Amino acid sequence: MAEAPQDRATAAASAPLLTQEETLTADTFIRGLWQENPVFVMLLGMCPVLAVTNSTINALGMGLSTTFVLVFSGILISLLRHWIPKQVRIASYIVIIATFVTLVDYAIQAISLELYAALGAFIQLIVVNCIILGRAEAYASKQRVLTTIVNSLGTGIGFTLALLALGTVREILGNGTILGISLFGPDFQPWLIMILPPGGFFVLGAWLLYFNWLRLNRLRRVTTFTGAPADAR
Amino acid sequence: MHVELQTQPTATPVWPMLRTLGVIATLSGLLVVLADQITQPMIAEKQRLLTEQLVFQVIPGAVTKRDFIITADGRLEATASGASGEPIYAAYTAAGQLQAVAIVGSGGGYAGPVQVMFAYDPSCQCIVGSQVLKSNETPGFGDKLDTDPAFRENFRALEARVDTAGTALANPIVTVKHGTKTAPWQIDAITGATISSRAMGKAANQAAQRAAPVIQRDLAKLTQPN
Ligand SMILES: Cc1cc2nc3c(=O)[nH]c(=O)nc-3n(C[C@H](O)[C@H](O)[C@H](O)COP(=O)(O)O)c2cc1C
Repeated sequence: MAEAPQDRATAAASAPLLTQEETLTADTFIRGLWQENPVFVMLLGMCPVLAVTNSTINALGMGLSTTFVLVFSGILISLLRHWIPKQVRIASYIVIIATFVTLVDYAIQAISLELYAALGAFIQLIVVNCIILGRAEAYASKQRVLTTIVNSLGTGIGFTLALLALGTVREILGNGTILGISLFGPDFQPWLIMILPPGGFFVLGAWLLYFNWLRLNRLRRVTTFTGAPADAR
Repeated sequence: MHVELQTQPTATPVWPMLRTLGVIATLSGLLVVLADQITQPMIAEKQRLLTEQLVFQVIPGAVTKRDFIITADGRLEATASGASGEPIYAAYTAAGQLQAVAIVGSGGGYAGPVQVMFAYDPSCQCIVGSQVLKSNETPGFGDKLDTDPAFRENFRALEARVDTAGTALANPIVTVKHGTKTAPWQIDAITGATISSRAMGKAANQAAQRAAPVIQRDLAKLTQPN
């Protein structure tokens, strides 16, 4: 499991599209949603994925905050890409990312103190979310601003959808509600475990199982049609 | 080591590195200060509304409130005076009469401190309501502090009488095991959530020990009109 992102990273480094400027296509956006979904495929950012997905609203707040930071830090890094010396690039990216995280932190406090209390330290911890530094290093620092915006949006929305997939299931099973609205009436005995930390692992595991099953199924179908193994992606 | 030294000369000169980091840090500083300037008043307003809403929630029926501070040396000051210390909130009925005072305390629970707001009624010298402000208690355990009907009964008139010296509670508030409550200053714990219930007791005791003597001594400051 720990191998997968690394394999992908080396594969990506040798792929031509990342060493030269990518032309904007639908794939620039879709990749982050599906083939390179940060959570279900790359298994990145597991800390917020497990910690703040105990309700739909927390998942949404976390996902949108991360997307905002991804897009805006991407824009700035892409704009400055010819100008940041290689030796100080990581320090530069971290300062840029930390700046936008601070803006989000203030904005969430101004919007809702309840949400701010629920997300707790995980907003500040977006700074060290490897999805963002990963996008900065592997994409924004090499690509034009427009493609960077589209690619970051794809990745951000992919992350948000993954958080929602966990948050919604956990809230429905563990609390019997969705967005705080009761679904099953007062007689429903919620599965408390689902909103506790172990529930995060259960639901993540179930989703990974499902997506891998889908992928394998597709692979098997392609193999039977063409007689040759094809790239599952 | 030797090889590394040989690759060194290709390094970028110092100036572009300093320039880049300097510009980025300055830009970052500007953005953060700007965001702070814009959001600070909004956050303060949100905080004020939230406190107001909580006070009227623990003291139902009250329509206005005034903020006071208990200073470190035990004096009662209006918040507007700029004194620093523990805030308390006096809540008044429509007729302008002091109904109760919202006081805050905290106690260690199952997973860190539990912070609770209590309604202290100076006329009966008792706690007449509570609302958890902040807690990390396990869902399904901690929620009961606000919802369990039998547990809520404890806070209809929990005794918090000041002793004859006027410096502390005559009887410290304590949580006892479920079904063993014998005195009006005891809290009957929730079965299966004794640890959270104890946190609630510690919070009530802390809040009342600190605020009740001061409120009783300076009651005139709270009851007199603005
Ligand atoms: C995973 C887990 C979480 C728990 N969380 C709490 C809690 O938040 N508050 C609490 O009072 N007890 C909690 N408990 C139960 C306490 O360990 C303890 O059993 C209980 O408070 C004792 O109550 P009793 O003396 O009425 O049986 C938890 C237990 C487990 C296994």
